Amino acid sequence: MHQRGSIWNWRGWGPLRALAIAALTLVPLLVVLASFFDPQVDAWEHLAAYVLPGVLWNTLVLVLGVGIGVLFLGVSLAWLTAVCNFPGRKFFSWGLMLPLAMPAYVLAFVQVGLLDFTGPVQTVLRGWFGSSAWFPPIRSTGGVVLVLTLAFYPYVYLLARNAFITQGLRAVEAAQMLGYTRFQAFWKVALPMARPWIAGGVTLALMETLADFGSVSIFSFDTFTTAIYKAWFSLFNLSAASQLASLLVLVVLVLAVIDQRLRHNRRYAVKSFTPVRIALQGGAKWAASVFCALIFAIAFAVPMVQLVVWVVDVWKEDFDSRYPVFLLHSVWLAGVAALVVTVLGLLLSAIRQHHKDNTTQLIVRLATLGYAIPGTVLAVGVFIPVAWLDNQLITLAAWFHWDVQQILKGSLVVMLAALSARFLAVAFQPIDAAMQRITRNQGNAARSLGLSPKKVLLHLQLPMVRGGLLTAALIVFVDVMKEMPITLMTRPFGWDTLAVRVFEMTSEGMWDRAALPSLAIVLAGLLPVILLIKKSESGFH
Amino acid sequence: MVFNSFNEIDMTTRFNSFARVLPAFISALALVAGSAAADTVTVYSARNEQLIKPLFDAYTKETGTKIQVLTDKEGPLLERLKAEGAKSPADVLITVDAGNLWHASRMGLLQPIKSGVLNTNVPANLRDPKGDWYGLSIRARTIIYNKKYVKPSQLSTYEALAEPEWKGKLCLRTSKKVYNQSLVATMIATLGEKRTEEVVRGWVGNLATDVFADDNGVIKAVAAGQCEVGIVNTYYLARALDKDPNMPVGLFWANQKERGVHVNISGAGVTRAAPNAAGGQRLIEWLSSETAQGIYTNDDFEYPVNQKVKPDSIIRHWGPYKMDLINVSKAGELQGAATRLMDRAGYR
Repeated sequence: MHQRGSIWNWRGWGPLRALAIAALTLVPLLVVLASFFDPQVDAWEHLAAYVLPGVLWNTLVLVLGVGIGVLFLGVSLAWLTAVCNFPGRKFFSWGLMLPLAMPAYVLAFVQVGLLDFTGPVQTVLRGWFGSSAWFPPIRSTGGVVLVLTLAFYPYVYLLARNAFITQGLRAVEAAQMLGYTRFQAFWKVALPMARPWIAGGVTLALMETLADFGSVSIFSFDTFTTAIYKAWFSLFNLSAASQLASLLVLVVLVLAVIDQRLRHNRRYAVKSFTPVRIALQGGAKWAASVFCALIFAIAFAVPMVQLVVWVVDVWKEDFDSRYPVFLLHSVWLAGVAALVVTVLGLLLSAIRQHHKDNTTQLIVRLATLGYAIPGTVLAVGVFIPVAWLDNQLITLAAWFHWDVQQILKGSLVVMLAALSARFLAVAFQPIDAAMQRITRNQGNAARSLGLSPKKVLLHLQLPMVRGGLLTAALIVFVDVMKEMPITLMTRPFGWDTLAVRVFEMTSEGMWDRAALPSLAIVLAGLLPVILLIKKSESGFH
Repeated sequence: MVFNSFNEIDMTTRFNSFARVLPAFISALALVAGSAAADTVTVYSARNEQLIKPLFDAYTKETGTKIQVLTDKEGPLLERLKAEGAKSPADVLITVDAGNLWHASRMGLLQPIKSGVLNTNVPANLRDPKGDWYGLSIRARTIIYNKKYVKPSQLSTYEALAEPEWKGKLCLRTSKKVYNQSLVATMIATLGEKRTEEVVRGWVGNLATDVFADDNGVIKAVAAGQCEVGIVNTYYLARALDKDPNMPVGLFWANQKERGVHVNISGAGVTRAAPNAAGGQRLIEWLSSETAQGIYTNDDFEYPVNQKVKPDSIIRHWGPYKMDLINVSKAGELQGAATRLMDRAGYR
């Protein structure tokens, strides 16, 4: 792999270049890790005896369940809408992305509200049959898995669809010419070729599952993250909480390295789309429509209707002249963050492609771990070094008779740095999956032309990963719109976003009043989703 | 501001040149400069913005003092104060739950204030003995029941809900919520660990269904007959009855023949590093005044700490009640012990 003197070997600069970006994640991560200097024997004994056994089992079940769930939903829906043709395909191809804009805790709250004993569904059933005891309880392991699957499948759907659109059909045609059935072609050719995308999407879904607190707590379902917050908020022991969070990060890192090893020697060829889809016939045609409609309804339409009903109810009370400002702040922050994080993700992926040494690969992996840390813990990890630096700067400013309360805190730079620490993984996964499509031949060609690394990035990699970049920017945009803990911790005084409004309302259980900002988040998130789809559809006839 | 910062992003995309990021950095500084105006009080609040903003607007109107607020959850706010240390811009910390205030005090984030006004307006059991923090509203946590199945005469104390007669009839919120931790903490203080653990085990054995994520869930379950009794903060019930007055849920004041009903507070203290401690104290004093207490508590159906102020009409018909006079700081002190006890008893 290493060829001395060639432009692909940047003389050992790889780790340093990677480190420059990874520092954004590594600094808060180190703050969290520093908790190990403060051993908490007491808390650990208690947690190990009464809390951890249960939450470890729950977490394992949740990760497996959601993993299988998003894999199944994401891949099947992506295949149907990217490669096949059936009634309603055009609508579903973008409609099925919309749940991405729906915050998972909103989906959880609405579904629990509808399907629990006290909800309208069971109330009606009791009216008809006298009892609803036979109705499967929504506040259960199955319920959590189902709702989180519906909330997070769009990551897999988006990425897998990207893969299928750029290569799936051509690959299937080629395989069929070689005598495979269509079914075999899917399993043996299209699926393996889309593997980096699918793995990237599942990784994102599982990292978010591990870090989730809002949704699981609506189900009263205790996971590892619940234990982290229990240590912090109930036992007032942030050190023990940070230690638990470090373990979570370690597990994710190990999984990432294993995944890396598995993919190590694969190379992926790129070929453009073919303009004819597989037309589904008869029963299959309608089955596909019904399947897509069902998922769309449960994951998006139903919670959307509930939000609208609430908004109609509280509109007069809650809407005021500040809302356009909240919206502007949200869109602006999400837009700028999408741009910055996507650029950082691209650089990180380019560095990884150019430097194959283990140190660089590891640093790149570390840089994307922020997504698996529970948000509030990461926010504190970000804030502590910033506050420290700020205090030094304030002291310095005082020498120059500049009386100031805060310098870095509440500045855009810090907000963006903190959001990057969280969402680098989100940008990195789709971009890196696309990067892996660039073949060795193409790289060799660029090298033989004597292009500099910067030119390779600009003229070869950038155009070829455009789809990945768009996907990355979209997901980061939507995720930042929904993000709470880091925005709360790093925003300037009085600088509120829609997500901050959601926090204000939900923290006191006023879910109906959180509907207005939630709906605004969803609507603002729709725009980029539709844009992206228009872009990715443009090649088909 | 918007346009400045877009430039800044364009520049950062030219990743090879650090020098170009510098002007952007400076413009970001300008964004926060000027926050240290003369007569401003800076508040860190874990109480919702929509509940405190009307008050602050009224205060600014009355006194001309500007108030700058930053809201977040209690945990992050305390860590924020700690990390900012002596340079913190905050003057006042407002949180819900005495446990959080007690903990802020123990972390050394608050400073004691001496105020005749506050000592008059706030009953002694609702403020820190050292004067680090003062309660501003009372949140009573008591028993609710379904009027179709339960007569008030069947009810007496929290402890009685652990008796076998309530098997399969009790609904509770999760033990992870601080309100339940405080309730159990004060039970430990009065009844001792052993008896309290028996009671909590009894509750768990009587549960009709899995614990709920919030008090609203408990109220709905009692209303729908999924269970017959539950324990909630009164203002959640007031909110629910405000929306649907026909809900068949009644309120029972617990433990009236003995120590009284468990109360918690939302409250405030002046921060240790406050640049404007005097201004902070004036704000807290004003919040305890008769003018402010009406707005402070009625917006959310909580009970005023200032006994001269009448509670909102919706909750007035629940009548006066005897509250547990144990100092609410006990709830903070024993919160960890309460959490452990509930874990041991299998109360999720």
